[in-house]
Amino acid sequence: MTAATNMKEVLESKLGGVSLVWSAFRDQNRVAVPASHIAAALQTLRDAGMDQLVDITAVDMLEYPGATDRFEVVYLLLNTTSGERLTVKTHVNEPELKLPSACPVWFGADWLEREVYDMFGIVFEGHPNFKRLLLPDAFESFPLRKDYPVKGRGERHNFPIITRAES
Amino acid sequence: MPLDLIDSPDLDAGFREGLWTLNFGPQHPATHTTLRLVLQLDGEMVIGAEPDIGFLHSGFEKLAEVLDYNQYVTIVDRMNYISPMANEIAWHHAVEGLLGIELTPRCKYIRTIFAELMRIHDHLLCTGTCVLDLGGATAFMYAFNEREKIYEICERASGQRFHTGYTRVGGLLYDVTDDWIKMVRDFCKTFPKAYKDFAGLVMKNRIFVERTKGVGVLTKEDAIAGSASGPVARASGVERDLRRDEPYLAYNDLDFDVCCAQGGDCYARFQVRMMEMLESLKIIEQAVENLPSGPVFISGTGKEGLPDKTEVYRSIEGLIHHFENIMPNRQMPSPKESYYGATESPNGELGYYIVSDGDFKAYRARTRPPSLLHFSLFSRMIRGCMLSDVAAVLGSINIIAAELDR
Repeated sequence: MTAATNMKEVLESKLGGVSLVWSAFRDQNRVAVPASHIAAALQTLRDAGMDQLVDITAVDMLEYPGATDRFEVVYLLLNTTSGERLTVKTHVNEPELKLPSACPVWFGADWLEREVYDMFGIVFEGHPNFKRLLLPDAFESFPLRKDYPVKGRGERHNFPIITRAES
Repeated sequence: MPLDLIDSPDLDAGFREGLWTLNFGPQHPATHTTLRLVLQLDGEMVIGAEPDIGFLHSGFEKLAEVLDYNQYVTIVDRMNYISPMANEIAWHHAVEGLLGIELTPRCKYIRTIFAELMRIHDHLLCTGTCVLDLGGATAFMYAFNEREKIYEICERASGQRFHTGYTRVGGLLYDVTDDWIKMVRDFCKTFPKAYKDFAGLVMKNRIFVERTKGVGVLTKEDAIAGSASGPVARASGVERDLRRDEPYLAYNDLDFDVCCAQGGDCYARFQVRMMEMLESLKIIEQAVENLPSGPVFISGTGKEGLPDKTEVYRSIEGLIHHFENIMPNRQMPSPKESYYGATESPNGELGYYIVSDGDFKAYRARTRPPSLLHFSLFSRMIRGCMLSDVAAVLGSINIIAAELDR
């Protein structure tokens, strides 16, 4: 736990005045950072020893009881030397679904950010090669949003059929 | 798509004369499953690679939001189907972490044995096909012979060879029997001989060594910043193993070493996997000899664990207990929290980030797939290698497209 308080001090001294919400659940430390300061927060944590980005994901909070923000973007960080972990959360709302890319900090963020865009439609600005990762480029919806039905909207049936002569 | 890939900005403009683009996959024997690479070639040298994935995307994470914690285990099986039970163990490790469940010692040991059997299972296939892609068909057959025995061990415990669906929240579908223990012991006895045969065919095979040494190098810095984990990271000198660093299941009681190499090339990754098989065998031997007795399901309020099948069919209490666990409106509540639980799967750090809204099913369950992050490093590894090295590098990072695309 001493290491986590250290992270807290580092973050709070660098981002003086920004409201950071710390919480913990079963020994996992989390910090919520406002979206406007996420780039500075990630860079600070990287410099403070969080050298690996384990994962980036998002949660659509549309149907979550008591949630006020629409999307929660989650960064799971790890210090590969000490084994310490930290979860950084930030919130974005429509119509401003934008966050700065974490690629300059960890290049491993590349595909993870593309997948978040693919599934939730959150744009990462400054990403070197920003486009869909898993779904076809012509796909119009973002399927992991809660307002997207589990059955889909019939996109698959309406895919254009390319004949051999046209290809 | 290939047209705009040619205009990739990181290609040197002066170099562009005479380059050509090669489409590799989606159906190609060396991709093993379905993935596509668009390679930029200068003669025979690969100067750029753009992976194109998603052919096997099946919306597993969306399904996690409609299936409960026990039902979803049948889906996670199908992610990395080379080591199905490792996925189940990882999934229920995360769920049990969220619910705050401490397993019984017997369950921990059985899961540990299966986790390690799955590591051998996965590494046998990965190393076997890696050799096969480079032209050595015999070693692959030796590896598959051993995999067959592990399938039989799975079948004896769960009734299924492949998609076992064996773990449950707080326990296991069935307890293991004495003849299962005998099968595991027999496997431990016969495996070293088979391993020796396999290793003898490959480890000092000059063709294999020359085609993998110095090929597809991933430096330690790149492995860390590029989110590599598991054997890929350990082959680059990142000394990290969740079994040792964040012990779960029974790993705290067992003695084993973390296998690392320094080269970061295909041969180092191959070596790490070969060494890990022996360590896994050591763990299995210890665990099976010290297998505790007792129940496999946790007890307590009775809400968490499913009752034994004989109880369900023979007593009214057992039937009621089962009903209370299975009916969606009577299941155990979960804390309204988020939790990330990770295990050291054969391929690397396999984690699940679960957000719960209080029900017995996930509001959102994110898989942290090691294949995805390793494949994103592929274009970095292959740059400057020859076209024929593509098969070697692909084989050495063990991409499973079902896990890659989910």
